[in-house]
Amino acid sequence: MRLKIINGRIIDPENNIDQTGNLFIEEGRIVGINKAPKGFKAEQEIEASNQIVCPGLVDLCARLREPGQEYKATIASETAAAIASGITSICCPPDTIPVIDSPTVVELIFQHSSSSHLSRVFPLGALTFGLQGKSLAEMDTLKTAGCIGVSNAYAPIDDTEVLRRALEYAVTCEITVHLYCEDNFLRNNGVVHEGPISTRLGLPPIPETAETVAISRALLLIEQTGARVHFCRISTARSIELLADAKSRGLDLTADVGIAHLHLTEMDIGEFNTDCFVLPPLRSQRDKEGLRAGLADGTISAICSDHQPHDADAKSAPFSMTEPGASTIEMLLPLTLQLVRDKTLTLQQAVAALTSAPAKIAGIVAGSLSIGSPADVCIFDPEASWTVERDSLLSAGKNTPFTSWEMIGKVTQTILDGNIVYKN
Amino acid sequence: MTGNNIQLDAKGRLKHFLTIEGIDRSLFIEILDYAESFAAVGERAVKKVPLLRGKTIANLFFEPSTRTRTTFELAAKRLSADVLNLNILSSATKKGETLLDTLQTLEAMHCDMFIIRHANSGAAHFIASQVAPHIRVINGGDGRHSHPTQAMLDMFTIRKHKPDFTRLKVAIIGDVAHSRVARSEIHALSVLGVPEIRVIGPKTLIPNDISSLGAHPYYDMNDGLKDVDVVMMLRLQRERMCSALLPSEHEYFKRYGLNEEKLALAKPDAIVMHPGPINRGIEIDSQIADSERSVILQQVSHGIAVRMAIMAMIMGSQSEEAH
Repeated sequence: MRLKIINGRIIDPENNIDQTGNLFIEEGRIVGINKAPKGFKAEQEIEASNQIVCPGLVDLCARLREPGQEYKATIASETAAAIASGITSICCPPDTIPVIDSPTVVELIFQHSSSSHLSRVFPLGALTFGLQGKSLAEMDTLKTAGCIGVSNAYAPIDDTEVLRRALEYAVTCEITVHLYCEDNFLRNNGVVHEGPISTRLGLPPIPETAETVAISRALLLIEQTGARVHFCRISTARSIELLADAKSRGLDLTADVGIAHLHLTEMDIGEFNTDCFVLPPLRSQRDKEGLRAGLADGTISAICSDHQPHDADAKSAPFSMTEPGASTIEMLLPLTLQLVRDKTLTLQQAVAALTSAPAKIAGIVAGSLSIGSPADVCIFDPEASWTVERDSLLSAGKNTPFTSWEMIGKVTQTILDGNIVYKN
Repeated sequence: MTGNNIQLDAKGRLKHFLTIEGIDRSLFIEILDYAESFAAVGERAVKKVPLLRGKTIANLFFEPSTRTRTTFELAAKRLSADVLNLNILSSATKKGETLLDTLQTLEAMHCDMFIIRHANSGAAHFIASQVAPHIRVINGGDGRHSHPTQAMLDMFTIRKHKPDFTRLKVAIIGDVAHSRVARSEIHALSVLGVPEIRVIGPKTLIPNDISSLGAHPYYDMNDGLKDVDVVMMLRLQRERMCSALLPSEHEYFKRYGLNEEKLALAKPDAIVMHPGPINRGIEIDSQIADSERSVILQQVSHGIAVRMAIMAMIMGSQSEEAH
């Protein structure tokens, strides 16, 4: 199909483009910006005046709960929520049931995602077998099966020797390691940030050092092994300093932050609000500001949803008996745009954090409007506002901490592979 | 899930009793004054008043407790309520029934009030947010969070001896980090205007942010006890010993056990309190526990009067709603 998107503000950070004009799509590819290719005749036109036209968004971490926890959500339900939120590529971590440590699980995920014809799904394979932190997973086999990286998800690797060898083996396989840093001993079954809220509510605390000690350990091992590591879900201001320092010494590393941590703090837990039980925990105001500053100066380059849909029972118990994670995928774009209104980021930086930067980290062909690249496009109205209501969420997980928040920015159309797959 | 004022009704009256936080001074004093009237009941030959006749109160203890459960039971019986004791540790939840299933079952039996003791912080808040509107919840201790009736009875006891809270120095000694009693005491003392609240213990057992609650940390008991009017000892769980938190009972008693020598640093008329059950020779010397300075047994009997007052007050708001 030949598609012409007319008069939108085209923002493509990868190619440094920010201009109002037309975008031309043919046979699933971007074929022109402003200048139509010779003989191009649009079969369909989309009027995009006062709207922003950008690459389809890339989410570095969303749980789709399939296989294994279909009672929480499915690939079909969550990719539908994603596509309505402008997200055309999703990386999913390996902590499914069974774990993504064999090609069969990878194949199953590909089958289910391709049959729903919604967002593209890119699985991360396991770093250690069964995520147990004891022996190596078959990283090369997983890579061949289509995994874009390896990760131990939230499962700890207590044994530093195992982490060292896993990083070395990842170097051997030339695969990126997505590393979530948490010292399991310092976490000590904690559920909230160690600070005024843990003290007041008497909830088991997670100190800042649970993250910073684990990051420091990883940084030294990266220096030793030369592994290509992406740091997932940074939550403290001190972590930003550690990463910035390592980068200044020439280490090639990247980092992301979950959208909730850029907007919420421990205070949002209030009186045991279980929707605010997330890992890493919501931290202090100082940490939130530090994360925002780290994003602005490029220490962190990507924002992800860290979407974790849950069934109602999972959040319906005394705080520390509930399951961690928040349903956030539908708020990823508007809450990132809020950072522009808060003067944390420029609009170009904000779009880059959701497109070119995560695509580069994932090593996938996405996140740009380069001529010849796949025509995954997100069109949104930056001024349209809507209110988050639990029951109106498309995700099967209604566990959002953003209930009744006003969102500004709404996706009007999502184009995947040159086809309009979502229209509002 | 739950709002701040879940324990108060639209008129600001006590609906549930979950935490000291959010109880203002006038309501606090009202409860203490009301408890005075029940203290006399316990000394009469016939120890019953008919205030809660026909009501059913369920003691839901998800964690073992003797003292708190029995004083709640006695308090309920003296108010003429029917009491159901459920030791849930050994029953339903082990068979895979969820907390909510258990509650619904009890609701179906037409209980009017639940007294909850649970190992997880926030359990009482959670239950109060889930029960049918006419059901009342009293927190009998949730995790490390709150034990509001204990704090209330302790304030009642302090008031008997030291009526003016605004002139007091109070020290709380022991495992503050894991103590729901300590948190509730700190809030209660603050509400009543105590100008100096100290917490004393090793750094491993004092939360870093304790000053955010308005308490000043001391790691040296000799400094912390100087000139205090009230010495509140906390119970130390044996499992804290020989861990990463504490090396031994011997060393703990040496630094933080209350003996004559350390107590001499407090004001001469200082009282000694303990929520019980006491570990003699670990947190407190036997001689002191049994001395005139100790008000430990008074705390126990005051516990019944204070719990009667709280139950009667809460059920009062329920009956009014029903009419």
